[in-house]
Amino acid sequence: MTDRAAPTPSAPTPSDPRLPPRTRRRPLIKLLFGDLVSAALTVLAALAIVMLLPALNWALLDAHWHVAAPGDCRHGGACWAFVAAKSRLILFGLYPPSEQWRAMIVIALIVAMILASLSPRLRGGRLIAIWGGAIVAMLVLMGGGVLGLPPVPTSKWGGLPVTLLLAVLSLGLAFPLAVLLALGRRGRLPLARAISVTIIELVRGLPLVGLLFVAAILLPLLLPPDWTVDKLGRTLAALTIFAAAYLAEVLRGGLQGLDGGQQEAAEALGIPYWKTVWHIILPQAIQNVIPPLTNTAIVMVKNTSLVLIVGVFDMLSAARSAATDPAWPAPSTEAYLFVALIYFVICFGISVYSAHLETGVKSRRHG
Amino acid sequence: MLRSLWYSSRVRGWAVQIALLGGLLALLWWIAGNTLQNLAERGIRTGFDYLWRPARFPISESVVSYTPADDFFWAYVVGVTNTLWLSAITIVAATLLGLFVGLSRRSDNPLLSGLARIYVTVMRNVPLIVQLLFWYGIATSSFPAPREALNPLPGVFLSLRGVYAPGLIVAPGGGLLLGLGVLVVLLAIAVVLRWPRPPLGRPGWAAICAGGAVLTLWGMSRALGHPLALSFPEMAGLNFRGGTQLSPEFAAIIFGLTLYTAAFVGEIIRGGIEAVGKGQWEGGRALGLTERQIMFRVILPQALRVIVPPMTSQYLSTVKNTTLAVAVGYPELGLVVNTVINQTGQAIESILVMLGVFLTISLSVSLFMNWYNARVALVTR
Amino acid sequence: MKRMIVMTALCASALALPALAQSTRDTVQERGRLICGASQGTPGFGAPDDDGYWRGLDIETCRAVAVAVLDDKDAVDFVPLTGQQRIPALQTGEIDMLPRTLTWTLQRDANGINFTTPNYFEFTGFMMPRDLGIERVEDMQGATVCVQTGSTTEVVVADVSKKHDLDLSPVVFDNTTAARQAFFSGRCDALITDAGALASVRATMAEAPGDYLIFPATPYVDALTPAVAHGDDQWLDIVNWSIQALIAAESFGLTQDNIDDHMDSDDPRIRRFLGVDPGNGAALGLSEDFAYRIVKALGNYGEVFERNVGMDSPLQLERGRNALFSDGGLMFPLAFQ
Repeated sequence: MTDRAAPTPSAPTPSDPRLPPRTRRRPLIKLLFGDLVSAALTVLAALAIVMLLPALNWALLDAHWHVAAPGDCRHGGACWAFVAAKSRLILFGLYPPSEQWRAMIVIALIVAMILASLSPRLRGGRLIAIWGGAIVAMLVLMGGGVLGLPPVPTSKWGGLPVTLLLAVLSLGLAFPLAVLLALGRRGRLPLARAISVTIIELVRGLPLVGLLFVAAILLPLLLPPDWTVDKLGRTLAALTIFAAAYLAEVLRGGLQGLDGGQQEAAEALGIPYWKTVWHIILPQAIQNVIPPLTNTAIVMVKNTSLVLIVGVFDMLSAARSAATDPAWPAPSTEAYLFVALIYFVICFGISVYSAHLETGVKSRRHG
Repeated sequence: MLRSLWYSSRVRGWAVQIALLGGLLALLWWIAGNTLQNLAERGIRTGFDYLWRPARFPISESVVSYTPADDFFWAYVVGVTNTLWLSAITIVAATLLGLFVGLSRRSDNPLLSGLARIYVTVMRNVPLIVQLLFWYGIATSSFPAPREALNPLPGVFLSLRGVYAPGLIVAPGGGLLLGLGVLVVLLAIAVVLRWPRPPLGRPGWAAICAGGAVLTLWGMSRALGHPLALSFPEMAGLNFRGGTQLSPEFAAIIFGLTLYTAAFVGEIIRGGIEAVGKGQWEGGRALGLTERQIMFRVILPQALRVIVPPMTSQYLSTVKNTTLAVAVGYPELGLVVNTVINQTGQAIESILVMLGVFLTISLSVSLFMNWYNARVALVTR
Repeated sequence: MKRMIVMTALCASALALPALAQSTRDTVQERGRLICGASQGTPGFGAPDDDGYWRGLDIETCRAVAVAVLDDKDAVDFVPLTGQQRIPALQTGEIDMLPRTLTWTLQRDANGINFTTPNYFEFTGFMMPRDLGIERVEDMQGATVCVQTGSTTEVVVADVSKKHDLDLSPVVFDNTTAARQAFFSGRCDALITDAGALASVRATMAEAPGDYLIFPATPYVDALTPAVAHGDDQWLDIVNWSIQALIAAESFGLTQDNIDDHMDSDDPRIRRFLGVDPGNGAALGLSEDFAYRIVKALGNYGEVFERNVGMDSPLQLERGRNALFSDGGLMFPLAFQ
């Protein structure tokens, strides 16, 4: 097995001494048309912008925002009226319309939980406990069958709640696994190390689509005949294993960056191993790797879209099936743009937050 | 006595490891038992003897030749070569585009760096599969039907069925000739590069060599009875005939995957450039080099050492990302595996083949990388 | 040491775990719900309506079994499956039966699944836009064909292409939706699948259904047949005779509306069918009136056919070869005794 530590070089801030110094400020005209190559590049960039104008025109000026009949969308620009008409299907899939409020609360709950987690006051054990409670509440809301809520089988779950639940659950379940794998790989026990390395490298060597195939088709063969885990559960298992392997490598980076003296000091004080890990090692290791951690979170949110390949009805599958309605003339572009926008808002939000966290950590260290 | 044993970390370590080993073996035993029971109970056929039966299903496009009369083993080979072919093209294209993007982001030109920044942000925050479906939707909705195909250049046709362009027909004996041609061109390039001041300048020389090579090839081809010939696409019946075809599926996945990967490559290259110390820039300036010269002659070669490891993992994930071609119907390994499962019902074997192929690729690339890193480290010392 | 004991115990329990499997009927009754495989949406044969309620000919086959076993036609969960998942899902017990339009073939039958009673006979067809002016396979020279993987049609494309020397170029998708979308966008000249599903696609996905023509790809008719897993003969019988109940009811002239009037019929066959004279239900491990309840809940095969795919439905398919044998079709009722 291999040990490949391949951290992406972190982006330095402007004050970073590694940055090549900008030469003295040059006038804009010189920057743009200083020499032949600059001029050519400027023209190229301008050309690209001009080429984008028709697309902008299509998306905004010529677009149909409201139409009387679907056929009116046939000519002109984008047909956003289609997205409006199909938004229920794309956002909630086959979830029974009468129970849709439950799916809406689940989305609101996830967003609220993420916002709450941003606050620095909630940390550690309390945060985990609240998340656990929230996730149970979400699953109860989605599934029903108790508290007088009519049951909704997972085969009817769909759309944005499935996307968000898969992302949150896979990351949440993967984290403890990742901690174990990272500690095993860094630890002193050769067997634990071998097992951790094998699992991590095996999973990272495989495409997620392969793991999803295993989960969708093979997994039932590996379990006892009378165990039935539904497809959503198996898909979640594949996403979790995948996330765990990547998170473990990120955490390993954090552990490596830690001064070995920390653990030795804790040992000398007689603090038990798990307490050392929980109170001393993990908090510091995580702080070291916040940018790659959030990066992994973004990757996992994006990866939830792959469940389309094994036929789980997530937001993207819903958009694809919405686009087959013959009443609307070929609106797949609009449907995918809508889905892309939702993913973009989520992922970009996470990355902005990560940048904010990073500067916070830096200022605490240097300030 | 027992207490002191318990507190001895060595003994405890052994105990934990034995427990781990026991748990692992129990788990494996349990899984194997379940699988065997399931297979027996459900009457599922296992084994690899199906590999040598004729596959009977068609594959829409392939790098190596394939007909439905070939066996399942060959169908897998076709899938693997398609995957590798797709990966190779994407990696080359994304590296070139990524280099451009990375340099653009470092550019002083506000237009260029701004555009590059927007591009990278959008690409990195939208799932690849959404992008692929989007491009495939565009490829199959914004072009005309084959009968009204666009004809931007003579012999080149753009339609819903993809791009048709003149193609080379290689008859028996043609391969040899083609190889010879490539050799001659390489030789000419080597000569030009070695020769400090060729007459007529380098461009002139290159033109002469190229002209000479084409003429020689044409002459030899004539002498051998035309083993090499050009074929032009022509509308016949429902579709174009002849020439080479670039299918919309292939175009969409190459286009989407390249755009997506280039954003990541660009960031890696930018990171590499920024990791080079500022003294290098100052030194370059002191020597009177222009900014561009410093970038290409001083900074980039040094940045390469930082760039190579993350770039390798990026290349590996590109190979893995090709499996998403399933969604747009390009027959890479994943789609072939899918079809084989349908045709034979032998899901375990088929999925194992797929996992095996990807593990082999991943592990051999990382082994190569370890070797390469060790070498680079030695050289720098 | 303690750990060792625990581990040994664990190993032992793992060995002991493969206990005797429960019969499918008991599992279903314990669960209170039947789990059926479904397609990703072929209106008329199996697709959720706007409220997410599954409708279609194949869906009602499943509902018939649910009525027989659970006395509730809505006690069914449908699991949408992709082509490559449907047979493994059946084999591993993820679903209890697969009513999806699955062609009865030797290879499938021999490889871990059992076919029950065909509920639809149909040829494999091509659908092409009418304005291409092609009406038979022999003229399809050079055509591009959209194919979905997970079906017998991939092989049909290769066979037809070879037989008539047509040089067809297939474009293979892993998913029905994608294949259909590609066909209607003009990516392919033709779409291939069973002609029933083609009619469904034409009726529900074409802007103008009249613009498309369907013709047979081969001279052979396929039996589309619900399937169950190997290894549970009682379950095979239950599914078989639940489907048979639909067909037999039509041959007896029993409908959803008039069945109650026949409860005092003198015909011993009808009496046994309705469970008035007992024996049939007990033999299958069901209640005696299972056939009565099926017809009462869903009607006979003719009613199911007309409601979902017949002339009154958007698909407008004729009974044709799916009529009773007495009307010149292939549907043959077996003896309920």
